[in-house]
Amino acid sequence: MASLAATFGRGAMTNGWVDIKNADVILAMGGNPAENHPCGFKWFIEAKKTRGAKLVAVDPRFTRTAAVADLYSPIRAGSDIAYLLGIIRYAIETGRFHKEYVQLFTNGPYLIGEKYGFDDGLFTGFDDATKTYDKTNWGYEADPKTKAYAVDKTMENPRCVFQLLKKHVERYTPETVARICGTPKETFLKVCEIVTSTGNAQRCGTITYALGWTQHSTGVQIIRAAAMLQLLLGNVGRPGGGVNAFRGHSNIQGATDMAGTFEILPGYLKTPAGPQQTLKDYLEAATPTTLNKQAWASMNYWQNYPKFMASLLKATYGKNATKDNEFGYAWLPKVDGNYSWMYIYDDMYRGSSKRLGADEPAPEGLITFGMNPMGIGPNVPKMVNALSKLKWLVVGENYEIETATFWKAPKEYGGPDPSKIPTEVFQLPASGFAEKDGTFTNSARWLQWKWKAVDPPGNAKTDQEILARIFLAVRDLYKKEGGALPEQVLNVTWSYSNPAAPDLGEVLKEINGKALVDIPDPKDKTKMIRTAGQQLENFGQLQDDGSTACGNWLHLGVYTEAGNNAQRRSTADPTGLGMYPNWTFSWPANRRIMYNRASADAEGKAWDPTRPGIVWNGEKWVGDVPDIKPDSPPGEYGAFIMNAEGVGRLFAAALNDGPFPEHYEAVEAIIQNPLHPKVTSNPATKKFSSDKDVYGKPDQFPLVCTTYRLTEHYHYWTKHTEVLNQLQPGFFVEIPEAYAQKQGIANGSKVRVTSARGSIEGVAMVTKRLRPLQVDGKELIQIGFPIHWGYSAGDTGHTGPLANFLTPSAMDPNTWTPEFKTFLVKLEKA
Amino acid sequence: MEVTRRGFLRATGLGTTIALGFDVSRANAEMREFKISRTTETRSTCPYCAVSCGVIIHTLGDKAKNATAAVVHVEGDPDHPINRGTLCPKGATLKEDINNPNRLLVPKVRKPGSDHWEEISWDDAIARIARHIKDTRDKTFVAKNAKGQVVNRTPGIAMIGGCTDTNEFNFLQWKVITALGVPYRDSQARV
Repeated sequence: MASLAATFGRGAMTNGWVDIKNADVILAMGGNPAENHPCGFKWFIEAKKTRGAKLVAVDPRFTRTAAVADLYSPIRAGSDIAYLLGIIRYAIETGRFHKEYVQLFTNGPYLIGEKYGFDDGLFTGFDDATKTYDKTNWGYEADPKTKAYAVDKTMENPRCVFQLLKKHVERYTPETVARICGTPKETFLKVCEIVTSTGNAQRCGTITYALGWTQHSTGVQIIRAAAMLQLLLGNVGRPGGGVNAFRGHSNIQGATDMAGTFEILPGYLKTPAGPQQTLKDYLEAATPTTLNKQAWASMNYWQNYPKFMASLLKATYGKNATKDNEFGYAWLPKVDGNYSWMYIYDDMYRGSSKRLGADEPAPEGLITFGMNPMGIGPNVPKMVNALSKLKWLVVGENYEIETATFWKAPKEYGGPDPSKIPTEVFQLPASGFAEKDGTFTNSARWLQWKWKAVDPPGNAKTDQEILARIFLAVRDLYKKEGGALPEQVLNVTWSYSNPAAPDLGEVLKEINGKALVDIPDPKDKTKMIRTAGQQLENFGQLQDDGSTACGNWLHLGVYTEAGNNAQRRSTADPTGLGMYPNWTFSWPANRRIMYNRASADAEGKAWDPTRPGIVWNGEKWVGDVPDIKPDSPPGEYGAFIMNAEGVGRLFAAALNDGPFPEHYEAVEAIIQNPLHPKVTSNPATKKFSSDKDVYGKPDQFPLVCTTYRLTEHYHYWTKHTEVLNQLQPGFFVEIPEAYAQKQGIANGSKVRVTSARGSIEGVAMVTKRLRPLQVDGKELIQIGFPIHWGYSAGDTGHTGPLANFLTPSAMDPNTWTPEFKTFLVKLEKA
Repeated sequence: MEVTRRGFLRATGLGTTIALGFDVSRANAEMREFKISRTTETRSTCPYCAVSCGVIIHTLGDKAKNATAAVVHVEGDPDHPINRGTLCPKGATLKEDINNPNRLLVPKVRKPGSDHWEEISWDDAIARIARHIKDTRDKTFVAKNAKGQVVNRTPGIAMIGGCTDTNEFNFLQWKVITALGVPYRDSQARV
């Protein structure tokens, strides 16, 4: 999601599931929606049936999506950037892009400073010792007079983004794409033709993706390339357009929005770091400004950051947060460096947390709810040994998972003998979805309330009760005994009617936020926009002086004085475009299509009148909830209000591995990079260096391997479900027919797959769906397997190897997401 | 499915008529009433992928104090704008997930060095966990980093959260993380 945020301003699916029916072209790449999002995929079929939309599937395998596509294109796993930059090159070369849109709504016309450059695989500013870029080299050029952004609307200045992009993608000719991706040139050109047919006002297309793009050491830049392509084609902000990220879990979007990860606070506010010692320092570092720090044709919505932050601190510390103590800012833990997934287990395994050169204690206790690190993370042999170092582990779950039973993992997992594992493990029976109420946020940002149907079974309890009871017990100990900084523990608000089992409706109200005192209307001080205690209605009511509390500014509007809007169930669809404005609540502000200002032209008229997003009626914007000040006339503000410069970014200086995407091989590279052999893999990515972090080379591991899901199973849970086990009984390895024949591997026989980390065994599925590809002049074999099994399956479930036994500790340098989708293996008969 | 003699006869209506000598079609119609006709319907959301299909959970058992509701059927919600009543194989088998024989029913502890689980009461489990959290926090708390900046963090504790926790739970969890000063936190969103 980092790439969408860096490009458009917000890191989430731009449109909606039903909106896909409005597309003329759908490029499904980096995902297999027919398999993994089947009930959302119906809207692909709807688009095909009712609009005659063309569906293009690009995937290493001939998937279930490919089976119903108008065109299938094979691709080598992990080579998507070359493919997408190839399409961008084609669009520019042939003029099949939406020039007026690019001029109006993107930074195509913006000039970049002289310090930016790219040579032989590296952008300027790379430091080889730290593997990091100095991103200040990629700044905008200031206009000498105004000191604001220098802009050339004709996009002919050689230093403007459009020209720099044109130059950057020059190398990605159809021949080069074929050489890198293994895609036949003719197929690739057909894809280019279909996709770029939407590069105009009349037509509109969408790109859909999932973890097949995210889980690479170049994942963020793959998605960047797609987002740039959509900007170039003028497809962002429009019904039937967008970049639609299909998330893999029912509330993974919600977990991201609600600070699931170490680097963010609720609502994508930044986690404070050591150098930011005061709230003032922090706000200065976190609040974006325009180039000359003055007004620009942009709302720069993040300029409201201090209001979001003050309101969050008030929601967190309540009365303990005062102006005098900077709303309790000092109590917030500060970070130094990286605390994400692979660092957690690396530090745990090595027994030290290196921060600013000093050793701090490593995690000795781990609390996990609804998550199975043993199965989910890469490099299971390292994981099992990391967990074995813990002093204590708390697991809240519905089923016995591999994480709770890591101490009894089969011998081949390489963990210590149980007698040598000092960990006290608590397995707490928690509630399933049907046994608790509350909201899940779907991929399309809809917060949907669900009602509780039954009590948890046996002696199981709801997750909120388990967490609350543990927390209250810890607080009691601090009240009785004191300890390290007790204020940090005791000053957080917990004022629920039932503190030991908080009512989730009350929590949602707290997330939405309320006025703490009367808030006067700035236009007429005799009137109040909110009176003390009233629920807030919109972002505009938030204050930076501690007079409002709000747990997550992004969710504002979900629980107003009108009630719990996540419970709304109106099926009315006045536009017929599938927006359903009164069905539950969509963040932000109940807006169904983000960046919808870009759905209309310079005058505010819909690019395509049959599919309007919002239009200007002379007084205000009407249609969807406008993603712009509702009464701001066309031309006043840019269409991308979250970006300080007000436009979508074809060039983005925010990411850690370059302002433009560039093709790099996976960390476990099967070939040298054909474009720049000296810089084969992503130069900004980091490897780990413990004895368990081993990486394979093609001479020992000559096959490319990828992983995926099946429609009949879900992650690591459904191995307990009998009917699904009958449909898909166990682990298998998909092997191209030609290769299997050469190796004498029969369909249904046992095979062993080995990576540098270890070996797993499964049933051979010899298939035509994966074909050998011609890559860089040589035949390349790809195999793959699904992920759904493990050794913990209770009394009646199906067991199988953990797929991540084989995957490497490699990651994207922006999101630190593991590279599950491309790694090296060898294959033998077992 | 178990086929009983009675069920077999019911299925072959002709056989019943001949055996009993009178027309039982009305009685048959009675027996063929849908099993969900007297259930409570609860609107919910499928917990699997992020399409987030609407589902209707049917429970049997009225709201009386001595009655325990049981899930007898789960189906797609036809009102839901996205799935319009459809479900995939996983959604269609949600009843088996809710009523699964492998569900955890009691808290358990595995003691250091042990090779087996032992049952533990909720009160004891929570007291022990709270003690671990406090001891680890007090022992590993870093008030200032190597540069002398105030950082107030507890690197001794890591906390991770999943993908089917509610937004409200996640907010509560964020509060707990903040209160304990936990810097190591991550979620399914990363991986």
